[in-house]
Amino acid sequence: MSTTRRTILIASGATLATPNIAPAQEAPGVTATEIRIGSTNSLSGPASAYSVISTCLTAMFRRLNDEGGVGGRRVNFTVYDDAYQPPRTLEQTRRLVEQDRVAFLFNQLGTPTNNAVHRYVNQRRVPHLFLATGADKWANPREFPWTIGWQPSYRVEAQIYTKHILETRPNAKIALLYQNDDFGRDYLHGVRDVLGPRFDSMVRTATNEATDPTIDSQIVQLQATGSDALICGVIPRFAAQAIRRVHDIGWRPMMFMTNVSVSVGAVMQPAGPERGVGLITSDYRKDQSDPAWANDAGMTEWRGFMQRYLAGADLSDNNFTYAYGAGTTMIQVLRQCSNDFSRENVMRQATNIAPMDVATLLPGIQVQAQPTNFNVIRQMQLQRWDGRSWVRFGNVIEGANV
Amino acid sequence: MDAFAHQLIAGIATGGIYASVALALVMIYQATHHVNFAQGEMATLSTFIALTLIQAGFPYWVAFFATLVISFVMGALVERILMRPVQNAPVLTHVGVFIGMLLIISNMTGLIFGYTTKAFPTPFESEGLLFGGLVSAHELGGTAVTLAVLTLVYLFFAHTSLGLAMRAAAYNPRSARLVGIRVGWMLALGWGLAAAIGSVAGMMVAPAVFLDPNVMLGILLYAFAGALLGGIDNPTGAVIGGFMVGVLENLAGAYVVGTELKLTVALVIIIGVLVVRPSGLFGRVVFSRV
Amino acid sequence: MSAISITTPIAMPAWKRGALIIGGLALLLAPLWLLESFQLFQLTMAVIMGLAVLGLNIVTGYNGQISLGHGAFFAVGAYATAIPMSLLDWSFWATLPISAVVCGAVGWGVGFPALRLGGLYLALTTFSLAVAVPQILKHKSVDAWTGGVQGLFLLKPEAPAWLPLSPDQYMYVVALIVAGACYLLVWNLLRGRMGRALMAVRDNPTAAEAMGMDLATLKTRAFAVSAVITGMAGSLAAAVVEFVAPDSFTFMVSITLFVGMVVGGVASIMGSVFGGLFVLFVPNIAEAISRSAPGIIYGIILIAFLFVLPDGVAGLVRRITARLRRTKGREKS
Repeated sequence: MSTTRRTILIASGATLATPNIAPAQEAPGVTATEIRIGSTNSLSGPASAYSVISTCLTAMFRRLNDEGGVGGRRVNFTVYDDAYQPPRTLEQTRRLVEQDRVAFLFNQLGTPTNNAVHRYVNQRRVPHLFLATGADKWANPREFPWTIGWQPSYRVEAQIYTKHILETRPNAKIALLYQNDDFGRDYLHGVRDVLGPRFDSMVRTATNEATDPTIDSQIVQLQATGSDALICGVIPRFAAQAIRRVHDIGWRPMMFMTNVSVSVGAVMQPAGPERGVGLITSDYRKDQSDPAWANDAGMTEWRGFMQRYLAGADLSDNNFTYAYGAGTTMIQVLRQCSNDFSRENVMRQATNIAPMDVATLLPGIQVQAQPTNFNVIRQMQLQRWDGRSWVRFGNVIEGANV
Repeated sequence: MDAFAHQLIAGIATGGIYASVALALVMIYQATHHVNFAQGEMATLSTFIALTLIQAGFPYWVAFFATLVISFVMGALVERILMRPVQNAPVLTHVGVFIGMLLIISNMTGLIFGYTTKAFPTPFESEGLLFGGLVSAHELGGTAVTLAVLTLVYLFFAHTSLGLAMRAAAYNPRSARLVGIRVGWMLALGWGLAAAIGSVAGMMVAPAVFLDPNVMLGILLYAFAGALLGGIDNPTGAVIGGFMVGVLENLAGAYVVGTELKLTVALVIIIGVLVVRPSGLFGRVVFSRV
Repeated sequence: MSAISITTPIAMPAWKRGALIIGGLALLLAPLWLLESFQLFQLTMAVIMGLAVLGLNIVTGYNGQISLGHGAFFAVGAYATAIPMSLLDWSFWATLPISAVVCGAVGWGVGFPALRLGGLYLALTTFSLAVAVPQILKHKSVDAWTGGVQGLFLLKPEAPAWLPLSPDQYMYVVALIVAGACYLLVWNLLRGRMGRALMAVRDNPTAAEAMGMDLATLKTRAFAVSAVITGMAGSLAAAVVEFVAPDSFTFMVSITLFVGMVVGGVASIMGSVFGGLFVLFVPNIAEAISRSAPGIIYGIILIAFLFVLPDGVAGLVRRITARLRRTKGREKS
């Protein structure tokens, strides 16, 4: 990047330090009665399974308005479809910012899609909050001070798995299967972060594309390397295939699966529940099907909300617990703003969240943010599949601060 | 050596998937001299219909044959409604209609059935793998079904008068009409059969790859490569081509170019075949004189 | 498909021609003052897509070689601009010649195997190319240049000091200039011998060859020119969007260009303009009709046009103006 561009970006970061002068009425997207918030999601097309996140958030804002809004104002939440195509994300985001004049952006979905607008929002100084993606690059206060993620990054997840492998089998040979895109590559980086110079001697990798029919060939290839641990960063369809194939060829590595692809209904059942015994993953959310949360206060609150505002929704879809967590965080930030909803203040409050418990997050895992650390959720807990459900074990682990 | 054997067998297994879809492509080509882009999506839709029937409680084989019939009807209807009005239009229009069908059917499947991965049952269950952990019972059973369908298709085209009439209608509609063949019905029949074969392919493929609406696009390309390699007008050739592509793609991915370029391997095969020997390995070389 | 030729207009009095040109310029430049930043951005994208469709039209509409892989040339053009601008700090204008040369070479290279294929086979092969493009762009061996999966960022070119335009306004003007130059070039090319030769090859290759035309050279050149035009559009898009990444160039781009060409009007330069507008604004209309499945609307519109208006919007406009001209002629006599 040339020096001029660097300067522009750092200068925009510097404005955050200036004291807030603009009264709330002059803040874009904010009137005396309303705050406009914008978002994009994949409402149609292959990634539309995630559109329920937007549905849930819309319902949460409706509940907020029913309870009187925040700062005396109602929230007006607009979501546009980008069909998971980055050029369209840019178009819709520009529409939100320039035509609909929203105050800020919240929980936009996807890595390549958010990538396309990353520079635009930072140049325009529009808060780009709590993105719905686990990519690692959103936690960069120095270069992109207006963007902040929410969920633990895939890179942190891979670091946690690698650390666990080193603790239990220090001289393991590690096999890594990852999807050849932003999502999968983060796992590669995470493993490399922990191993450093030992990476080349300890790790064997294989990649796959979303268009591959099966990943059987890759599994066979990795087994042939004689590895005793396997980390998979793949989407649910391939996760189910991997679990089944690893079991069927008689390979018994210490196996880790990305927490994106561990749904009981979409992955464990199709693969065959007995085949996945011993599979390790991580999570930061409470699982609806875990009997430990049957009477839990937080989950009861969530279930009550789902029943009132989203009756008929599939409670086992963990996108809902995800959205509830992100929405709770957003509403907390709005409350922290008290009466000042200017973009500068919204960003300031979003990057100054004291450690906070959220109803749908595991006990011990909290939401927090500091101006120097944009990793909003930085802890996870490992879980193991026992043939019927995911069983948490060990302590809550914090990832490295990359 | 053991790993190589594994890769080889894995290649043959994926090849079986491509071979069954390639059969559907060949079928439609034999019957209409068209290659339908939307064949994969139609097969996916049929497979979802089958899944719905099975989840509604019907036994596997009942759902299987019901889906065959439904797919046959769907295919014939598509021909009557979409292809009939443009039968004399230039190739460009046909391509456009296929693309339109691709868009409509794939989005419709996603809209109705959702995009989450689903399991599809197989009638060939086994605990673990057979033959020393190389193949699963489903892979064997699926291959057997593909070969059975292939035999039926071959017998149909080579030894029945209806098959002959269909081939005639595709090669030379005008002359066929003069001989008394109902060309319109032949086309509809061809599309119906192709859709039915596609649904069989889908139902055999789904247990291995798990079902979601996007599964077929990648498979279709490899199947097309296989059909071309073997000869687009030769069912047996297409099946052999499908197996070959499966093996080539797996071995190339494991040992030569890395798994990141497997689609490019398919592309290279397609271009290579069309440039060096357009009729494929087992197809009939057609010369046309002006 | 009837041989749609470009008729040279009957000699128009000079003042009339002048008025038309001034009127046209006014129409094109009016948006600078009338439209907001975001709408100007959309209109700029429509101009760019129109140019991309024009490229496709050259090889498919006028020359009959069906390409479902033009997204590949769009991507090549985009990266040919993005890489020098992002990694080497070149100015936008300096990258245009590079983009033209690279795309021309790639187009010519694609033209060779295409000679052996016809109709459906070419369509399927180019479709396979379109599907393989993102994978090729992400490959390890080139990702130091292409930025791999993460892509490359650029900055829009700024207007020179003596032109008081915002970056969005300036990009609109730049797009108009580049597109205008390309349209002029293509129009000139197609109404001359080259155009007639292309269409002859499309309509009756055997007769064309019998008459001594060198099919191979013509067809590969058609591909090359077509690739250059679509590549220029890609370069413009890279600058306007300020971002290129492999996932921005899936096979849907190729399909979108194809649909735009069919709807706008095959073998028609005006058709490409309509095609560009269609490509940009119909997804928004489809989203308004059906939130969850705009793809279905898209497919239905495509098939409807193929059945009812195979000549596209341009054909419809042509028929209406012809009818108007006839009635006017009848009234005069």
